[in-house]
Amino acid sequence: MATSTPPRTGRAQSSRPVRRAPRSHLAPRWLPYAMLAPALVFELLVHIVPMLTGIFISTLQLTQFYVRRWLDAPSAGAGNFEVALNFDGAIGASLLRSFAITFAFTIATLALSWALGMFAAVLLQRPFRGRNALRTLFLVPYALPVYAGVIVWKFMLGRDNGMVNALLSGLGITDGTTFWLLGDNAFVSTVVVAVWRLWPFAFLTLMAGLQSVPGEVYEAAAVDGAGMWQQFRSFTLPMLRPVNQVLLLVLFLWSFNDFNVPYILFGQSVPASADLISIHVYQASFITWNFGVGSAMSVLLLLVLLVITAVYLPLSSRRMRDA
Amino acid sequence: MREPISFRVLRVVGLTLLTLFVLGPIYVMVSSSLKPLGDVRGKFTWIPSTITVAPFVDIWSTVPLARYFANSLVISLLATLCSVLLAISAAYAISRYRFRGRSAFRITVLSTQMFPGILFLLPLYLIFVNIGQLTGFALQGSRLALVITYLTFSLPFAIWMLVGYFDSIPRELDEAAHVDGAGPIGALVRVVLPSAAPGIAAVAIYSFMTAWGETLFASVMTNQSSRTLAIGLREYSTQTNVYWNEVMAASLVVSVPVVVGFLLLQRYLVQGLTAGAVK
Repeated sequence: MATSTPPRTGRAQSSRPVRRAPRSHLAPRWLPYAMLAPALVFELLVHIVPMLTGIFISTLQLTQFYVRRWLDAPSAGAGNFEVALNFDGAIGASLLRSFAITFAFTIATLALSWALGMFAAVLLQRPFRGRNALRTLFLVPYALPVYAGVIVWKFMLGRDNGMVNALLSGLGITDGTTFWLLGDNAFVSTVVVAVWRLWPFAFLTLMAGLQSVPGEVYEAAAVDGAGMWQQFRSFTLPMLRPVNQVLLLVLFLWSFNDFNVPYILFGQSVPASADLISIHVYQASFITWNFGVGSAMSVLLLLVLLVITAVYLPLSSRRMRDA
Repeated sequence: MREPISFRVLRVVGLTLLTLFVLGPIYVMVSSSLKPLGDVRGKFTWIPSTITVAPFVDIWSTVPLARYFANSLVISLLATLCSVLLAISAAYAISRYRFRGRSAFRITVLSTQMFPGILFLLPLYLIFVNIGQLTGFALQGSRLALVITYLTFSLPFAIWMLVGYFDSIPRELDEAAHVDGAGPIGALVRVVLPSAAPGIAAVAIYSFMTAWGETLFASVMTNQSSRTLAIGLREYSTQTNVYWNEVMAASLVVSVPVVVGFLLLQRYLVQGLTAGAVK
């Protein structure tokens, strides 16, 4: 991601015999570091140091008795990891199931959000009446604070007073007595709500990407007699590849790490079918107060994310080069 | 160029369905916020039996919404202010200077963006507790703890976007300021900042939205006096009763400021996204 851009020294500057002369008498060598320092300090304090601390905690027997003086907690060695990875035990088995559910949820959410975003971006690519109004409207679910958007869905998905059951029975599809927030239906509900929130981001990004596709490409294609679908396949998709590379990774990480949707939909009693990994670790840590095992699960989650990113980035970059 | 009729039909049908999908929950939110309590307890109705603004009055007394609102506002504004200032400073250094560790910094900051909050929630909680014990200042549960936490959530994206914006401002402008006797900071304040104003506005609304909507850390790191809207909104449900009309009214009230801000500034956000992505 952080590509090393070539130095943008001005032309007048580079032709001078003394390298960097104009800047060195203006800006002391330490200045850029001083400008970065505040941002770096806060990132270290809130992200990096806690992450390293978390790895350390995962080797402790840390229960609620030790929270106030957690440095005194006895060591557990690899014990927490043995518990978390013992798939025959209750904790390990539920962790494994939670990972499986999270993958299923992520694939479904990512695919649907991307498809809807792409669909809308292509439909709105050319001007017509009402285009700007629709474009703005489609961004609203993403702009809403997440708890406000999701709590409306919680109300809508209620069995007796919800809009979804009223709609489905009104259309004659169901008898209107479905429990949408219990059992296996809870998985479907979680995906729908997550997609509702996330697809506008895919739309926004793809719309920005489509603006960089020059119109002449389409005109040339039309002269050659290429149909709309063919144009989409052979021009639009390939030109969006750099945007898609970043977008898919972001959508993946956001869905995989989603905490808000299940937390706001279900509160403390998350149905097994919607037990996403973030909420699983949260409950292991803060509901059962077993911080050591919770941290061990976090470390495993971190490893999974690192492996996925490490595999994805080179793979997608190579595909991009080959194209 | 002419569009085939099949494409136009697809466009009308597709956009209608998407509009219904997007508008459905928004309609439920608005219409239910105008219903009397009886309407939201029974079977769902599309039209309120009578239209009442009572929920918008009652939300302030059912739970201390004004306090949560003030907490959210103070925390989000401070986090936004700090995040924008830190991002301007860091982005200017990255955009204008070449120095050792420049790309290492960018990778470090960007990579913090990819990990879920749950990874550092617990350790951060313990660290804040410890800092409190060492200094005697109860950091854990305070609004300051949330300000510090939230400002780092938007910082990576803010830096990334502002680097894109700053790079697009010609360096000749800086040099002209230097000729006029301005130092590096003078050039930043007098030349670069005014030209990057739209980008800064977009970054600010993004930071504000991030802080305003955060739920996970707020659920652990706040107490009764520092509680934010994200957690406060849950208090409309009691053991026996959920005041759904008030929940909807409160959701609407807390959404309007950020939605309006976002929709006004989303154009610049898109510009920044493309500027950052092209690099």
